[in-house]
Amino acid sequence: MGDVLVWIVWFVAAGACLGSGVAVVSSTNPFTSALSLIGNLASLAVLYLLLAAQFLAAAQVLVYAGAVMVMFLFVVAYLGGRADAPWAGGPPLLRAAAVVAAFALLVEVVVVLGLAWGDNLNEPAQVSESFGSPGEIGELFLTDHLLAFEITSIVLLIAAVGGVVLGTTRERRAD
Amino acid sequence: MQGPGVGWYLIVAALLFGTGALGIMLRRSPLIVLLSLEIMLNAANLTLIAFARQQGSLDGQIFALAVMAVAASEVAIGLGLIVAMARRGLALDVDEASALRG
Repeated sequence: MGDVLVWIVWFVAAGACLGSGVAVVSSTNPFTSALSLIGNLASLAVLYLLLAAQFLAAAQVLVYAGAVMVMFLFVVAYLGGRADAPWAGGPPLLRAAAVVAAFALLVEVVVVLGLAWGDNLNEPAQVSESFGSPGEIGELFLTDHLLAFEITSIVLLIAAVGGVVLGTTRERRAD
Repeated sequence: MQGPGVGWYLIVAALLFGTGALGIMLRRSPLIVLLSLEIMLNAANLTLIAFARQQGSLDGQIFALAVMAVAASEVAIGLGLIVAMARRGLALDVDEASALRG
């Protein structure tokens, strides 16, 4: 792929990513919001591919855009009209403070990036063809990061049990 | 590496993180707050993967996978909480859920 073509793909993916992110935050309908997040996750998967993270891009689409968002859409459907999220925020002062805080966060990150821009930030290491492939990730998970892998499974199990416990209501006895 | 350098990806991640933070602070529906949280986690993931590419080491990608697993658990718990709130007839508004306020 030519250099220009990669830039174009990056530009489209980054634009879609930011646009759908704004749509998620600004929509008053949680259904639209959740659908925008699926677009956001899909365009992020494209960025992952450009960064040579093939396995993560696939996992992103399967786990996030697939499983997690389907769960989310089921809850939105279950709640029905109650899920509507009007824009009524807190006091205007708090809202202004929130915008200032988010903007300050952004400025901080951009300043730090600008300071680091000169040092080989944009000269990434040479990587092999199989960098980020399922094979390499799997090998790392079963050698160097075995403990993290096992703990992840426990975290997921606890979360699944917790979700069921929270979702079931017990009938209260009268006495 | 062809195309934009790692720094450009980091800028996208920073903008995405700002968007998510804004959503968490401005919106009051727990559903939208949860979605904004997902955006912030994904911005962090993009940073991890960008630096993994820059360093030529896969450890960042492993970390990103762990973050994905934690995000999935967090959604399961968060949605369970929202369903529990709805079943008890509580308003779906994070400002109303203040029983634990000190």
